[in-house]
Amino acid sequence: MHNVVCVKQVPDSAQIRVHPVTNTIMRQGVPTIINPYDLFALEAALELRDKFGGEITVLTMGPPSAEDSLRKTLTFGADRAVLLTDRCFAGADTLATTYALATAIRKIGKEYGPPDLIFTGKQTIDGDTAQVGPGVAKRLGVLQLTYVAKIRALDLTARTIETERRSEGGVQVLRTRLPCLVTMLEATNQIRRGAMADALRAARAPIGKWSAQDAGVEDISKCGLKGSPTVVKRVFAPSARAEKAVLVEAAEQPAQALIDAIFKHQPKLETDLAALAREA
Amino acid sequence: MIEERFDAIVVGAGMAGNAAALTMAKRGMKVLQLERGECSGSKNVQGAILDADIVEQLIPDFRKDAPLERRLVEQRFWIMDSRSHIGLRYRFNDCNDERPNRYIVIRAQFDKWFSRKVREAGATVLCQTAVTKLAQNRRGRVIGVRTDRQEGIIHADVVVIAEGVNGLLGTCAGLRERPTPDQVALEIKEMHLLPRETIEARFKLKRDEGVVIEAAGTISRGMTGMGFIYANRECISLGIGCLVSDLQRTGETPYGLLDRFKRHPSVVPLIKGSELKEYSAHLIPKCDYNTIPELYGKGWVVVGDAAELNNTSYRGRLNVAMISGRIAAEAIFSVKSRGGRSTSKSFSLYKKMMSESCEDPKKKDMPALMHTQPDNFLLTYPQLVSKAILNFARIGGRPEAEEEKSDAKSFGDVWSWTGLFGDGFRFPRAWR
Repeated sequence: MHNVVCVKQVPDSAQIRVHPVTNTIMRQGVPTIINPYDLFALEAALELRDKFGGEITVLTMGPPSAEDSLRKTLTFGADRAVLLTDRCFAGADTLATTYALATAIRKIGKEYGPPDLIFTGKQTIDGDTAQVGPGVAKRLGVLQLTYVAKIRALDLTARTIETERRSEGGVQVLRTRLPCLVTMLEATNQIRRGAMADALRAARAPIGKWSAQDAGVEDISKCGLKGSPTVVKRVFAPSARAEKAVLVEAAEQPAQALIDAIFKHQPKLETDLAALAREA
Repeated sequence: MIEERFDAIVVGAGMAGNAAALTMAKRGMKVLQLERGECSGSKNVQGAILDADIVEQLIPDFRKDAPLERRLVEQRFWIMDSRSHIGLRYRFNDCNDERPNRYIVIRAQFDKWFSRKVREAGATVLCQTAVTKLAQNRRGRVIGVRTDRQEGIIHADVVVIAEGVNGLLGTCAGLRERPTPDQVALEIKEMHLLPRETIEARFKLKRDEGVVIEAAGTISRGMTGMGFIYANRECISLGIGCLVSDLQRTGETPYGLLDRFKRHPSVVPLIKGSELKEYSAHLIPKCDYNTIPELYGKGWVVVGDAAELNNTSYRGRLNVAMISGRIAAEAIFSVKSRGGRSTSKSFSLYKKMMSESCEDPKKKDMPALMHTQPDNFLLTYPQLVSKAILNFARIGGRPEAEEEKSDAKSFGDVWSWTGLFGDGFRFPRAWR
């Protein structure tokens, strides 16, 4: 089988700072990582390959520096990686991104065999939209399974897949036909430590770089900023929600002093707790 | 098992490891470099002074794209009392030439760049791969390494150990002793963000000019230690380091020392209003001449901090590391190109070449001034100061240049500078 995994190189959000004056995100010097959700998708694909064999192609769209992230996916064991990089892709919103990715996946299908499954993470940590996976599925005309927690079964002869999908009410068990697109939930698996042979291969393998033309993009006006109807109107830093900490000084019975201070601040909490205690 | 065999495996991608891997790869050798961190430099916390001559020997056009913070134009030395300091400035005029010879770098960034050059030279660089053990055959000869990834041993003709100060691999393989608390200093450091213009105004610098302050005195609470302040491009790094055995003995905490240093009236105005970006700690080798481990053996050589080749100058460490990495690589290449085997005897060439270079790591002429009389403070030191500072500033990696040779000869005198600082804080205390 042939599976395609879409990943995104994102700034490490733990290290992002907001400029105190302009309120813009300071990306400069912030290290980049593979979107953590995408690693669950990659591991799910690797586990399927362990069982059923086949190949994994990893795809990303981004600046040339995204090569680092792709190389890392090879270290984990992916068979090949494609970097979709072109100036005309810059500034893309989710709509334009899905167009570029879907076009590239079609091309991957032509070059390396049609994909059975396309994986993405449930969303990215920088955009947080969770729109790109479903958008790509729609454009490719394949079925989509979102927020998948587990792949229960895969039947390559009947060409069906059965998954557990987490929803608000509980767990849904969904079965559908291949090919389809799966967006993986977090904490469903753990990315493996690649073997030495994979690490060596990753360090040396050339990363395929595709321009818009290479990927077979026909309508450039659907790419990048031009193809993005989303407009950023204003960027602002939310003010801190936490109130100032209060120092409670008590030489004797500090716990009692703390509780008194809390109840003084939240009188409702005291009555609620008292009611609970009566019920018990 | 990995079938592939390498001419050399370099363990570690710091200054010494990168210099060695780059040199061998440039010579057309098949090199594998293994680094346990996320990338080269990711484990590094050093802000350092880079000697341009030494980098030039490795990468002639490094000024073009290397991440250099500022060119160093001045070094300041402070002898600190609890509320004041005696300051001394040394300004190098040759730094204002067209080709500055010393730069302040932040290692995390510089090493990343350096590693890219290693890759471009053709070495295979694997990060996030920790070497867990040196693989030895029955006769104790190092034949390769084991890593924390599956698939056993990777074989190589020679293993270049550039693992840094802790020396775990070397210790486990019985090639050296474990460093003791009196052989290592613990240095802790903070990075404070400030706008570029503010830094330039506070340190009275022109654009791109850099300054480093080194401080001794009451800040180390009577221990052997030094504080430091580096003016980087858009941040100030400051910290303090003390011998681990001294910390043990006194029970002083490193963060307590740093906190006191930061609250010193001489330091406060420099970092006022800054944003703390990161803090870190690292060990620094401080062993004496007699404890330097062997530099080579059957199938292996050791370079940089792992070889503790840095005792000659307090902050020449990274430069010495680069020299040792390059020279070890040249020696290995020379042995290989002659068809020689990776024996202990052939690698003695490395030590020989190191000795011929600007310094002899086993040189024993310890300056007598290390154990000094208080009189020296008034009588001998004033003459020594200019000489010592000159040495401090002029240590270079151009051993072939005549002018450098004379400096290299008095290399050991730099020790007296450390000794001077030792007295610098011992002497005032004697008066109380």
